[in-house]
This record gives sequence, C-alpha cells and structure tokens, in this order.
Amino acid sequence: MLELPQTMIDAMVAHARRDHPDECCGVVVGSAGRPTRLIAMDNADRSPTGFAFDSDQWLRVYREVDDADEEFLVVYHSHTMTEAYPSRTDILWSRTTPFPHWLLVSTRSPDEQELRSYTIVDGTVAEEELRVTPG
Amino acid sequence: MTIDVRIPTILRTYTGGEKAVSGSGETLTALLDDLDSRHTGLRGRLITDDGTLHRFVNVYVNDEDVRFLGGLDTKLADGDSVTVLPAVAGGR
Repeated sequence: MLELPQTMIDAMVAHARRDHPDECCGVVVGSAGRPTRLIAMDNADRSPTGFAFDSDQWLRVYREVDDADEEFLVVYHSHTMTEAYPSRTDILWSRTTPFPHWLLVSTRSPDEQELRSYTIVDGTVAEEELRVTPG
Repeated sequence: MTIDVRIPTILRTYTGGEKAVSGSGETLTALLDDLDSRHTGLRGRLITDDGTLHRFVNVYVNDEDVRFLGGLDTKLADGDSVTVLPAVAGGR
C-alpha cells in the first residue's frame, strides 16, 4: 500500500499533462517511510516512448537526499499512449535501480485520470492500493 | 594518489556498507580494476562483458558525467572524486 497526499497526486498528474505527448518522470522522497516531498525530474530523452533522468540533475538530487539520510520512496512516470502499467522496459530497469514504489500515470485519455501504483521486486509486478490522504 | 569514490546504496553490498571508498588509477578503467581488487564484483556491475560502461549506471568524475568526458578512458588525477549512481530510466 502506498499513501500519498492529494497535493502530490495533483502535482504528478499536472506534470504528466504538461509534458504530454512526451513522458514525464520524477521521485517522491521520504523520511522513515513517510512521503515528504516530490521532485519533478527532467526527462533527458524527451520522448513519447521512454524516459531517462537527466544525469546532472539526478546527481544533485541523489546527493542531497543521501546526505540528508532521506530515502527515495517512489519513482513516477507517465505513459502517453498506453495504460498505467509497468512496461517491459520499466521492469528491466527496476532490477538495477530499485524503488519501493513505481507509480504510473497514463495521459492517453485527455479527460480521464489514470494513476496506479506497483511494487516491482525481482522483476515481479504487483499492483498495490494507492491511498490518497488530504493535504 | 587517492581518489574518493562514492557508492550508491544498491552497490554497498560490495563495500561492506561503506558510502565511500578510495582507490587509485590513471584512468577510470584503472581505478575500477584497483577497486575490484578489494571490493570483488564491483567492476562487473559497472562494466559490461564487452568492456563498455553499463547503461544502468552513471559515473561522474568531479560531478561531470563520464559519458560526456572520455568514458572509461577518462583521465584521473590525485584528489579527483568519482561518484557512481544507478541510472533511472524506463518507457512505454
């Protein structure tokens, strides 16, 4: 189960809509398992079919989080033509860069909000409950 | 010659849990050989069987991504700092 405040959900969806038709990406940082802030990352690929964290930005963000003894709780990205389900590429990358939660936003429909959360452990995808809290 | 190397959480199994280790080498390849002599297996997580830098990692020398420097042939000097990070990517 992943619990996130409504403000973070809104920020992720807005980010995905803004970058559409390209994919967007970012992280939620936490402390002691609780989400504390969302960091929108630049998609270095600027592509409708993939994303890659900008390497300079990722270095700054990683160092800041590591130095503060915070943790990366969620990686999020959008799919712009397909459903909000981890792709084969996502699963491949999850093996070398694990995150506790993978959140996907689909922007294929301009009207419907599609947002789902997963765990991906050793290549096995499991959808989990996404609980939205006020705030 | 001492070069500080920052290791990401996922690779700290190779460094006994240490966030940073030090090593020496005139190039990135030489440094990774040196590190692998004390932290066996680390090099294999960074370099493919073909001898190229793994696409699943980013390596920085003094905060510059080595893909924009000389890759594994990037020259190193005393006091340089190297940072290894897991790359993050995915797609449709």
